[in-house]
Amino acid sequence: MTSALGSAPTGRDDRRARPTPARAHRFRWARAAGTGWLYVLPALVMYAVFVLRPLVLTLQYSLYDWNGIGVARWVGLDNYLTVFTDSDLLKIIGNAIVLIVFFSFIPVALGLLVASMVRRITTGAFGTVVRTILFLPQVIPLVAAGIAWSWLLSSNGLVNQALRAVGLGGVARAWLGDFDTALPAVGVIGAWVLLGLCTILLVTGMSKIDPALYEAARLDGAGPVREFLAVTLPSLRQEIGVCLTVTIIAALASFDIVYISTSGGPGLQTTVPGLEIYRLAFSQRQVGLASALAVVLMLLVLACVLPIQRLSRGEKP
Amino acid sequence: MNLSRREQLTGRVFLIALIVVTLLPFVSMLSAALQPRGTVPSGLEWPSDPQWGNFADAFTAANMGALLRSSLLIVAGVVPVSVLIATMAGFGLGQLRVPGGRLVFGLFLLGLTLPFEAVVTPLYYQMQDLGLLNTRWAIILPLIGLYMPFAVFWMRAHFTNVPVELSEAARVDGSSTWQLFWRVQVPLARPAIASLTILMFLWTWNQFLLAIVLVDDASKRTMAGALGAFQGQWGTDLVLLCAGSLLILTPTLIVFLIFQRQFIKALIQGSVKG
Repeated sequence: MTSALGSAPTGRDDRRARPTPARAHRFRWARAAGTGWLYVLPALVMYAVFVLRPLVLTLQYSLYDWNGIGVARWVGLDNYLTVFTDSDLLKIIGNAIVLIVFFSFIPVALGLLVASMVRRITTGAFGTVVRTILFLPQVIPLVAAGIAWSWLLSSNGLVNQALRAVGLGGVARAWLGDFDTALPAVGVIGAWVLLGLCTILLVTGMSKIDPALYEAARLDGAGPVREFLAVTLPSLRQEIGVCLTVTIIAALASFDIVYISTSGGPGLQTTVPGLEIYRLAFSQRQVGLASALAVVLMLLVLACVLPIQRLSRGEKP
Repeated sequence: MNLSRREQLTGRVFLIALIVVTLLPFVSMLSAALQPRGTVPSGLEWPSDPQWGNFADAFTAANMGALLRSSLLIVAGVVPVSVLIATMAGFGLGQLRVPGGRLVFGLFLLGLTLPFEAVVTPLYYQMQDLGLLNTRWAIILPLIGLYMPFAVFWMRAHFTNVPVELSEAARVDGSSTWQLFWRVQVPLARPAIASLTILMFLWTWNQFLLAIVLVDDASKRTMAGALGAFQGQWGTDLVLLCAGSLLILTPTLIVFLIFQRQFIKALIQGSVKG
């Protein structure tokens, strides 16, 4: 799900503190506050039962050694110790961080490149077609993207066919099965999924920049690079923040693509935390360790996303 | 805007390259899906004798009828309820400004970046205790809860921007909160509700993790979950796999193309606001 932290428009909060001279009026508002809670309650109950309760349970499980059936044994922080010392688990967390480069940096960088050159996608039919096509990867299930790219990157796939056609048959290989290329290959799938979204978001942001800023920059004798650094980048700060947030969460919490295209292999080359949590909890019956990894993953996401939010929404320096 | 011609041209070239890269996987799948069964297709090669019948085979193999029904049932269970209760909560928090609302809203925000993996294990045991494992309820109920952070955030953002004077005017006219909600606020919130509905439809239809963890029977899953099972079963028959995948994609694509404008608007707003 493409959601991220953000600040809603805060509105004017002094409204609530408005003086209410008439007693009856105040009484009515008090009653309204009571009924108001009835409106919030259903959502809160569903959230509490199916998110907050499991979340607390994850925290609890993470302190126990439990196989999911028998008696759980209290182990304190041992599971966390394992997460931070076990070389396999560290490698798995590392994989997710490597994926950020592909899921996040590449789409944002390429998106910026296209955005700074296109500035606005024409509003006519061409624009509509462009937008529709670039959004396709956002609409299809990630599983389908995984299947399509598994085929593209397989020994007989399009990628190798193209390489052979230009005389690079020597590099052709089963990209997702090769120890050295599997993780980048998974990364390419993620980049494909997120590139269109980032491009559209950045181009949309770009079209809101006042053209006068560019004219001023040109008059000051700024070249394209300087113009990009002085005008484009600062103006798009919020959009870049959004892209980074969405894509970094997609990288760290990736599951679908990896599950379908490599199942984490070869070896542990492409195993990511999401997949390992699934495996630990449901195949290896190490619920405690799986939960500790889940907590670490959750904190990792926050540690990456919160600074970006602060930077992209903060006051201009 | 005075972009030089050369710059504009390079921009166009990049954009078109991007489009080609976006479409290639689909085209490559289609070319593989049309090869004769049992052959080993290669990357991109238009078959001399396209086997459109492969799609019919895949339709039967994937049990498409049952899958469509299952996905629709899940969407019907998740989306209307989620949208309704999120709209009500957004109204309560953004318009009525209930006391303690800030705290509750903070609680919802907590879930905004939550990876589903973080709660899926306890959810499994919770569903087991409720006796709901392997039923569609095991997907429907948790999804409603998991959507609440974004959905409430979204609707609250809308209702915060509606002037309170509007509600006050309605009150002076003697309408109850319930009437105010349905007659005044909901009609005004229609665009926000429409976008939210689209996003939730999409996320539900494409939900994979909950489907494979909580429901074993592929015919009771979402489309994405069923596709996972289809790949497990037919992974070695590439022609059928490609045909089946494209088939499973078709309903989403049709809906996307019909509501294309609204989809794109919702997706853009969804990520910017989100």
